[in-house]
Amino acid sequence: MDHADNDAAGATSQAAVLSRRGLFRVSAAVGGGFMLGFALDGAAQTLLQTGQTPPPGTAMGAFLIVNPDGAVTMISPVVEMGQGAQCSLAAVLADELGADWERVRIVPPPAGVAYQRPDVTKYQLTSGSWSVRLWYTPLRTAGAAAREMLVSAAAARWGVDPAGCDVAAGRITHTASGRAVGFGEVAADAVRLPVPPKPALKPRSAQKLVGRRLPRTDIPAKVDGSGIYGVDVKVPGMAYAAMRQAPVYGAEVESVNRQSLRGKPGIIDVVLVPGAVVVVADSWWRAKKGVESLDIKFKATPFDTASTDGLMKEELAKLAQPSGAKFRATGDMAAAASGAVKTLTADYSVPFLHHAPMEPMNCTARVSAGRCELWVPTQCHTTALEAATRITGFKEDQISITATLLGGGFGRRIHTDFIEPAILAAQTVKRPVKLIWTREEDMQHGFHRPAMSARMTGMVDRQGGLTGLNMRIVGPSVHEKFWPSFFKDGLDYAAVMAITTKNAASGTHYDVPNQYVDYVYQPTHVPIGYWRSVGASHNGYFVEGFIDELAEAAGQDPVAFRRMLLKSSPRGRAVLDKAVEVSGWGQKKLKAGRALGIAFFENVESIVAQVADVSVDGNKLKLHRIWAVIDCGMVLNPSTVEQQMEGGIINALSTTLAEEITVKDGRCLQSNFHDYPVMRMAGAPPVEVHIIEGGGAIGGVGEAMVPTLAPAVCNAIYAASGKRIRSLPLKAHGLVLAS
Amino acid sequence: MINLSINGTTRRIAAAPDTPLLWVLRDELGLTGTKFGCGAGLCGACTVHLNGQAVRSCTVPVSGLKGAKVRTIEGLSRDRSHPVQVAWIAEQVPQCGYCQSGMIMATVALLERKPRPSDADIEEAVGNICRCGTYQRVKQAIHRVSGTAGA
Repeated sequence: MDHADNDAAGATSQAAVLSRRGLFRVSAAVGGGFMLGFALDGAAQTLLQTGQTPPPGTAMGAFLIVNPDGAVTMISPVVEMGQGAQCSLAAVLADELGADWERVRIVPPPAGVAYQRPDVTKYQLTSGSWSVRLWYTPLRTAGAAAREMLVSAAAARWGVDPAGCDVAAGRITHTASGRAVGFGEVAADAVRLPVPPKPALKPRSAQKLVGRRLPRTDIPAKVDGSGIYGVDVKVPGMAYAAMRQAPVYGAEVESVNRQSLRGKPGIIDVVLVPGAVVVVADSWWRAKKGVESLDIKFKATPFDTASTDGLMKEELAKLAQPSGAKFRATGDMAAAASGAVKTLTADYSVPFLHHAPMEPMNCTARVSAGRCELWVPTQCHTTALEAATRITGFKEDQISITATLLGGGFGRRIHTDFIEPAILAAQTVKRPVKLIWTREEDMQHGFHRPAMSARMTGMVDRQGGLTGLNMRIVGPSVHEKFWPSFFKDGLDYAAVMAITTKNAASGTHYDVPNQYVDYVYQPTHVPIGYWRSVGASHNGYFVEGFIDELAEAAGQDPVAFRRMLLKSSPRGRAVLDKAVEVSGWGQKKLKAGRALGIAFFENVESIVAQVADVSVDGNKLKLHRIWAVIDCGMVLNPSTVEQQMEGGIINALSTTLAEEITVKDGRCLQSNFHDYPVMRMAGAPPVEVHIIEGGGAIGGVGEAMVPTLAPAVCNAIYAASGKRIRSLPLKAHGLVLAS
Repeated sequence: MINLSINGTTRRIAAAPDTPLLWVLRDELGLTGTKFGCGAGLCGACTVHLNGQAVRSCTVPVSGLKGAKVRTIEGLSRDRSHPVQVAWIAEQVPQCGYCQSGMIMATVALLERKPRPSDADIEEAVGNICRCGTYQRVKQAIHRVSGTAGA
């Protein structure tokens, strides 16, 4: 159904738009039966595809459908990739609205203006630990406005004052008379009312769902195999596709012996796309065998001899370059140097990392005359929409995007390299096509956390304080291709992300009066992307490893040194002190070869400290325990916060221990989990997490654990063994987990 | 054409003999609960029970399976009532959830063999990769089912 039908029914059909000021006009979809309006089409499609009928009901704005039986459906502005954000945000909406939580349903967003990040123009994106931070207030506003409209409609029906009505569990009750009515019975009347521009939000004390350990709504479908991920999509008449891309990043196809597959059982077509060959067949296995059997020649490129060894040598040279793109210059570095009793310089580096989500890249596309439909585990509707409109020539309202569950995102699925070939194949064979990458294709065609180097210089003064900090960061640019406005005047803002400093907004971080931070760009042909915590993933390691070295140079305990640096930050000290308390820092006499290490960092507006308890025996490492403390301001669901902390620590630990992507002869050397060893259960230490609600703004959690894990572990290794680790992974130093 | 028993029902399989059991389950039979993670038997996302044993179905060609009994995640219960599923929900184990079918099937196989496993038993039998890092909760859930404390 479309807007024309709405008008024919006599209802207004203004599109639902969430403006920057949080006001919105309601799409009036009147009557029972299927919901109407542009915002709902994609949601309906998801449900159709999973075998469910779309919930009937009345749309109230872009995020809410009131079902006739009084239950509600939330159209989530974000996708679900295991972070639990859909559940947390549904609780926000349901709490403000007064809905019956036990009956709330959640559907993913279609592409739409209302679901674009309210702070950044145009991007509809689930990333950056932003979901709860960005959508908390807009969803409260939407829920509160809908509540007021529903109450007004009920009150009008009864001829009473709305102030005399209460709302609970999806029902409106007139307190004095006891008359009651469900949301579903008054929703059609409610949407005819004006939208209140400034609805009253509930005080924290009146919130019944926010702050509670709600069981996640997506978990049941994840324990019985019923959850639909991108790889599970099935559309009538669907064909399957596998592809092979050039081994050397960016190379093009020169020739392929397509005829060799002609007439072979189940083979439908062989489609050439930029940089790759796609085989379409009646089953995925046949498509995969088909593409493997082809003899594909790829063209030469200028990068056919490129290697990570070569890249790191270039980065090392750039560490010494006289000037770079300045990020920060505070105080007087010359004065700091002259007042220093000790000046320490150390070089650090980290490798390329792969996201390696468990669900390989995939997309299902159906292209017909005037319509392109995608079913895809995407983190970014905006890039998917751009790719679809560009390839098909259709307008945006001819594209439908259904975001399935994601089997891990971590930043990998903002790209369209798995979407574009699916659309091209579907156009060519004139059937829906489900394209799935092999693990090898996925591993060898990532968008990597870049390999970065840093030269850290610190100056300790007579009083044993840190008087100056000079940081030169070198490496490829993350923003260069995806978000060029953040790569300005030679400075990539991702590279210097979260570098410890006095943060104007939170007032936290280390008090170092003289600082100089600059960046030098390193070109590479290796595709670069946003990996969980982006630049903070290496800057936490560079800074916190080096802070420990400076503490030693100043003759101080690592905790005491940091406490002194946090003298202007009560929230920072509270986090540090809690980590000290729970880990027993300084309280226990540990035997030789065993020690604790600590790290402190803020990113995504959350303050974190981690302590690692480690034993080192020769080259054997034993991880006894990891403690993590977070101050994320305010907690919507302690259970999901704890999950993200525990999981983030293990994810970061896996990379610290043994992960690196290496390149030789222009191509990725790793191909599957045997040579890109993601950590398994054996060897994963117990993790103990603690949450402080410091009363500040809501901070992000999904990426918050990464920056402090590697330095906590490496600082512990140093204390236990005297071995200072300034590059990752640990495996490259011969350090392995004791079995 | 071969006959396989899938979750107690005999099915006739038309797929080519070299097709891995994983793809027969997913594409031919529509049982998408068993997942594709690596295609090389390295990650465990494809774990099912074959004649009572946990196997990685991406490496098992269907040709050798005439008369075999296969149990998938869908066959554990109709309503998430299997004790392992109940424990998984109670401990809120899954994050993205993609590895969890395999993780649960490996767990069920372990518990059928060893009802009160130690942590070392669990680490040995449940070697599935979880990129989201849910291992601690997997262990907690297993101890909850078996009534054991972490050991």
